[in-house]
Amino acid sequence: MVMWRIGVLALQGAVREHIDQIEKLGCEPVLVKSVEDLKDLNGLILPGGESTTIRKLLDRYELLNPIRTLAQNGLPIFGTCAGLILLADEIVGYESPHLGLMDVVVERNSYGRQVDSFEVELSIKDIGEDIPAVFIRAPHIVSVGKEVEVLAKQDERIVLARDRHFLGCSFHPELTEDVRILKYFVEMIKQCHNTSLAKLNSI
Amino acid sequence: MKLVGTERVKRGMAEMQKGGVIMDVINAEQAKIAEAAGAVAVMALERVPSDIRKAGGVARMADPRIVEEVMNAVTIPVMAKARIGHIVEARVLEAMGVDYIDESEVLTPADEEFHLLKSDYTVPFVCGCRDLGEAARRIGEGASMLRTKGEPGTGNIVEAVRHMRKVNAQVRRVVGMSTDELMTEAKLLGAPFEVLVEIKKLGRLPVVNFAAGGIATPADAALMMELGADGVFVGSGIFKSENPEKFARAIVEATTHYKDYKLIAEISKELGTPMKGIDIATLSDSERMQERGW
Repeated sequence: MVMWRIGVLALQGAVREHIDQIEKLGCEPVLVKSVEDLKDLNGLILPGGESTTIRKLLDRYELLNPIRTLAQNGLPIFGTCAGLILLADEIVGYESPHLGLMDVVVERNSYGRQVDSFEVELSIKDIGEDIPAVFIRAPHIVSVGKEVEVLAKQDERIVLARDRHFLGCSFHPELTEDVRILKYFVEMIKQCHNTSLAKLNSI
Repeated sequence: MKLVGTERVKRGMAEMQKGGVIMDVINAEQAKIAEAAGAVAVMALERVPSDIRKAGGVARMADPRIVEEVMNAVTIPVMAKARIGHIVEARVLEAMGVDYIDESEVLTPADEEFHLLKSDYTVPFVCGCRDLGEAARRIGEGASMLRTKGEPGTGNIVEAVRHMRKVNAQVRRVVGMSTDELMTEAKLLGAPFEVLVEIKKLGRLPVVNFAAGGIATPADAALMMELGADGVFVGSGIFKSENPEKFARAIVEATTHYKDYKLIAEISKELGTPMKGIDIATLSDSERMQERGW
């Protein structure tokens, strides 16, 4: 089995939880704090945390453009909660996006304050039933582009979607023992890897 | 079924704050400076701890108008302090939609015998601790996040260091024990047995533990991270410094990159005078806030 190297952006937030899940699936986790850490990754996870804080640190350590370039060259990225906000093309109420990679519009804190945070079980297309999902001051996906596949909804709101090699969810699968969503992301990494190999071979 | 206020939701909120800096603010303007500097949350107060020290008298929950003003000014989470054991102050803050309540020894305790039963609330709580017994008792009552008590408002890191080292040493000890030794350890520490069992199983505390009480410089913040803190609270340090904006940014950077000493040297340059600080030995027993709570 290939040991995929999966980076976790480690500027702030729930980093350890993702690292634990990556290890559970037998992949190699990499803490990403600076540009050098982005070398030779097969995939990247943008964790939950405070999106405004993470964005400021991305700027300060000049990580925004390197990540964007890698993403545009095909690096699969999975964003959870704040990570989804970083990925989105548009954020309601804000003039410009952060990474602007995923063809979705998101709204921050769209379920209210912390006292309204909740957990629930979701059934997710292509992934499974009764998947525990923890929503903490969560955003949601207001609308998606044509090519985007909606994978899960909660109360009629889109909470998990895939756009090409980008996966974004408004909740925290990493706060649970369930690794099925991460497994799906690892499958995406595999697909991307095979496609780019095929491309190389055809040149 | 949708469940609110579960242990996972409350503890998870604190997990999202890891590696971050939570800053004390007393108005909307300061809250915006904190947010712009990269704070992960702000603590809305009427007075920062060093001013509470100076003012003396009874320190209570902040005027709800200040808390509201701060909540309206920023999109990051807003915390507020309630007095130890003050059920109604806590319920009022919860009703206002505050994101986290600090049951805090910085305020004058309302109850000298009992802490709040924090598991009863939908809103999560953070509590101070000096050792594992105290940490475990607070977790037993339902605290979703811990912080060292330190000695607030002194600008002196020595007590926070003592508390962080002590808790971590005791956690390591518990993790290394065999299960049949845990009940006696629970008795010795004054800790709930179940919490020690959970610590042993996880190999760490079941909730995050931030540093608080006396952090006055970027190097102080980095030191606490080095000692194993999950993040830091900075109280009087920021807005009592000469250049709060620069100071706040420097603290955030030092916390993120606490092992990058060249960077810490760089960001520590020309920050102006930090708060003066107080030698703990000069405080009388009644002035020591950390002795409040048990």
